[in-house]
Amino acid sequence: MPRFPRKWLIVLIVLAVVIPLLRPVLPDTVSDYRLFLVSTMMIAAIAVLGLNLLTGFNGQISLGHGAFYAVGAYTAAILMDQANMPYWATLPAAAVVCFIVGYLFGLPALKLEGHYLALATFALALAVPQILKYKWLEGLTGGVQGIVLSKPEVPFGLPLTEDQWLYYYCFVVLVFLYWAAHNILNSRSGRAMMAIRDYHIAADTMGIDTALYKTVTFGISAAYTGIAGALSASAIAFVAPDSFNIFLSIKFLIGLVVGGIGSLTGSIVGGIFYVLVDNSAQALSTFAKNDLGLQFDLSAYTVFGILLIVLMFLMPTGIVGGIYALWRSLHRGPAIVDPHAAPAPAKSASQPATERSH
Amino acid sequence: MEQFLQQLASGLANGAIYACVALALVMIYVSTDHLNFAQGEMAMFSTYISWQLMSWGLSFWTAFIAAVLISFVLGVLIERVILRPLHNAPVLSVVVVFIGLLAICNSMAGAIWSYLIKEYPSPFPKSSFGIAGVIGPHQLGVVLVTLIVLGLLFTFFRYTPLGLAMRAAAQNPSMARLVGVRVDWMLALGWGLAAAVGAVAGIMVAHIVYLDPNMMGGILLYAFASALVGGIGNPGGAVIGGFIVGVLENMVAFAGNQIEKATGVYIIGNGEKLTVALIIVIFVLTVKPAGLFGRVVVKRV
Repeated sequence: MPRFPRKWLIVLIVLAVVIPLLRPVLPDTVSDYRLFLVSTMMIAAIAVLGLNLLTGFNGQISLGHGAFYAVGAYTAAILMDQANMPYWATLPAAAVVCFIVGYLFGLPALKLEGHYLALATFALALAVPQILKYKWLEGLTGGVQGIVLSKPEVPFGLPLTEDQWLYYYCFVVLVFLYWAAHNILNSRSGRAMMAIRDYHIAADTMGIDTALYKTVTFGISAAYTGIAGALSASAIAFVAPDSFNIFLSIKFLIGLVVGGIGSLTGSIVGGIFYVLVDNSAQALSTFAKNDLGLQFDLSAYTVFGILLIVLMFLMPTGIVGGIYALWRSLHRGPAIVDPHAAPAPAKSASQPATERSH
Repeated sequence: MEQFLQQLASGLANGAIYACVALALVMIYVSTDHLNFAQGEMAMFSTYISWQLMSWGLSFWTAFIAAVLISFVLGVLIERVILRPLHNAPVLSVVVVFIGLLAICNSMAGAIWSYLIKEYPSPFPKSSFGIAGVIGPHQLGVVLVTLIVLGLLFTFFRYTPLGLAMRAAAQNPSMARLVGVRVDWMLALGWGLAAAVGAVAGIMVAHIVYLDPNMMGGILLYAFASALVGGIGNPGGAVIGGFIVGVLENMVAFAGNQIEKATGVYIIGNGEKLTVALIIVIFVLTVKPAGLFGRVVVKRV
């Protein structure tokens, strides 16, 4: 994929910084609710980014990233609730805890490939709500009731609303994490991660410590998703075990698939997408009933499910990858096959669409 | 002691359900190397179909047979339409498609029949008989029905030409194709049978866990654990694994209760069932991936 032009990136960032400040001028367009929605989109983007690091760039399938999201959210919530830690200090703590949990889960995952890893992580995702309700942890986790927190307060007496502040908070974290992921992937380590994805044995022969890279990638990926969980805990100011069910992990998966497996920009698109569909479920349902004449509700998950299947057939590299391929074929005619290009390995776990992370 | 026997009996009844779902998983696994993450939700959907038929006035067993047949057709359709084109796709694509199926089945059931928990009737007489107090009539019925289904499947695969063709197609597709077996259709039939067996499990378990769109999540996880314990490529192993895991599940909870009674320390109970399944899955996968009865697969690189 082409490098995203730097000047457009700057324009985007400036827009993202300036638009929330227009709230007093355009109270209807830039409402608190919309700012909050965009904050949740950014949180989702971080979570999908984490999953993409593992599945898209390292080829390890995870259906259980909701578990790490839960660990991050609960770490943050417990630290705020029990230790009175300020909300911003919980992010590094959640990152460390999730890194350790992810690294430890990565150890048995070393022995598993493809379907079996998917199965193990699927089992993890199913078991998470129960683990959170475990009786011995009740003192910390609040059991079924969960933990009620308070929203981040605006510091230094800045003239911002809570939602504006939350927006900037999430934005800074997202930009930092995106930048970090970008740098990791364009380094020696990142190339090693992708080499392992593309051809495990060859990477091993080249002298890459595959076990180390795979477990550390698992840890980093879990840390990213855990940070997203911690952010969500302070954003919605509440955590409860049953919100971390298998469908949370499915949402991350839809974000990954829609955005593009192995694409950093795609992760952002994917995160935005799933929050958008999730939030317009009501509108979607009305549309299906009135305009399509369906007799029953059309829920967000039906759309997700259909999209998952259709995308796997039509655009296995995700919407971003698909649009790019379309754009390229329109602009430069049919792609010229390089006779010297190495053939892709037949059985890689994912479909590497891009070597570069953009 | 009586409590122990009760737990054992209900473990066997649960085990029968797990055995059915595990068998469905294995049938798909041996022929296509895919783990069907949507198996539980497909069974749930079939159970709703039978509920719907019953609420339209059919008797339990008519609805049962109709739902199983409908599931068979749906299973064949899913294979032909959705999975057929993905035979050589990367693992991730296949997993994603299964998760998509799971989401569709779950949300469609919720949309059509609502997420309210429904009671589901038991076809077996209420009066307890024989070994009263130890095993309830429904549990006994479940075990019987499961054994009948397993017997039928065994007979089908062992003694009919079609069963033989299906086994051949699963074991060595290219060879089977050379001797004239229509391998693609055999795979579709396998899917149909798996969906039908899953439907039986769903209908049998619905009386115990009540009918709701999320009822099969835990059962699917236990079925995976059963299939792994028995060796994921081995149908007989899956059945035995189902009973082992079913009994184990209840024994763990029972032991936890006894410990709590004796010492007052809570370690494990009914609330940790899925965690137990998770531990079984990861333990078997990492320590003994071939399971109890599976073949060790040697891969040449």
